[in-house]
Amino acid sequence: MVDARGQSCPIPVVMTRKVLEKEKPARLEVLVDARVAVENVTRCAQSLGYQVKAEPQGPDFKLTLSK
Amino acid sequence: MKENPLIRRYGLIVLAGIVVGVAALILTAAGNPKNMGFCIACFERDIAGALGFHGAGKVQYLRPEIPGIVLGAMISAFAFREFKARAGSCPASRFVLGLFVMTGALVFLGCPLRMVIRLGGGDLTAVAGLLGFLAGILVGIVFLKKGFSLGRAYPVKRGEGLALPAVMLGLLGLLLLAPGLLKFSEEGPGSMRAFWLISLAAGLAVGFIAQRSRLCMAGGIRDAFLIRDFTLLAGFLAIWITVTVGNLFLGNYSLSMLSQPVAHSQHLWSFLGMALAGWGSILLGGCPLRQLILAGEGNGDAAVTVLGMVTGAAVAHNFGLAGNPDSVTDGVYKVGGIGTAGMAAVVIGFAVLLAVSLLHLPGKEEA
Repeated sequence: MVDARGQSCPIPVVMTRKVLEKEKPARLEVLVDARVAVENVTRCAQSLGYQVKAEPQGPDFKLTLSK
Repeated sequence: MKENPLIRRYGLIVLAGIVVGVAALILTAAGNPKNMGFCIACFERDIAGALGFHGAGKVQYLRPEIPGIVLGAMISAFAFREFKARAGSCPASRFVLGLFVMTGALVFLGCPLRMVIRLGGGDLTAVAGLLGFLAGILVGIVFLKKGFSLGRAYPVKRGEGLALPAVMLGLLGLLLLAPGLLKFSEEGPGSMRAFWLISLAAGLAVGFIAQRSRLCMAGGIRDAFLIRDFTLLAGFLAIWITVTVGNLFLGNYSLSMLSQPVAHSQHLWSFLGMALAGWGSILLGGCPLRQLILAGEGNGDAAVTVLGMVTGAAVAHNFGLAGNPDSVTDGVYKVGGIGTAGMAAVVIGFAVLLAVSLLHLPGKEEA
């Protein structure tokens, strides 16, 4: 689980990418709090071959990345 | 009909670039200084001057473009339910970073957006700025990769998010209802201005589309290098191409190193000034334009950054740090640029950015 809520651009992407590249998980949950972070993390994860499901969670968004 | 993935990905950002480019061309045609249809740093400096925060008589005018951008972004954020009041990510550090980003930009004579607009006017002195901007961004990326972060922001009451938009409304109110309180340049760049309604409309349009598209001058280059994502860079290039084509069409394109409007040929210091602005923008998470947009979306930290930039403009002119344009006096070409104080400020700026970068790496404190 990556909690990138409240982080400025592009830190949510940097945090997510670090975990994806290091641990190569089959599934990863990422929490963000801005639509722009949803867009950026989604693009990044897709480019690494992951499928992304985004859903609102209260004021935040939960992204589920899976391969 | 199936949607073209290229249009889906690049359509909005390229449209934003075109809108910004066209707005810059219109503003210049309507009276703004040449190659300065838009310049966030210059306009914030002019606002600082209009309010009497500095006494540089040539750069004083309450530019309605800046309130327009913030309010345009706010309208868009509300319309698309993206307005979120947040704050608390190292506001004091951001204030200081904003101050030095402004210093760097004024040493070069323009923010990253004006750098692109200068390039689009054929101003080859801006190439040194572009290279410096690139270098500064690359340094910033090194720290991002090491885990640099100013920490997270937290949800706050809506009133905090409305603070900077309210300040901007107040500034517009001053311009329209109490201009006697403000200072207005009678010569120099501050005296060159489009009619206020055109400026405001252009600002609103740019703020709106920049909010939708996430346009950011620093973000484009950063994402291309850091995560091989070229979306934002497409916006950067769209502005450059639009302004170039527009200037060629209007007969304003002048490909030269010499006698460029409000520009100097101290290339080393153009390079270093924009390197400072580029590095600072990466630490802040966005260029000066993006800070205005984020502030319009309710980000209190970006609002503090904007206030830091306005303060930086006052500091830059009160202490004579800003660049002077090249000029021609009695037929003699005089190279402008910065003096010793400006050079010292740039060096201090690098030291401050290094300190902020190092102090916000993941460390034992958090373990």
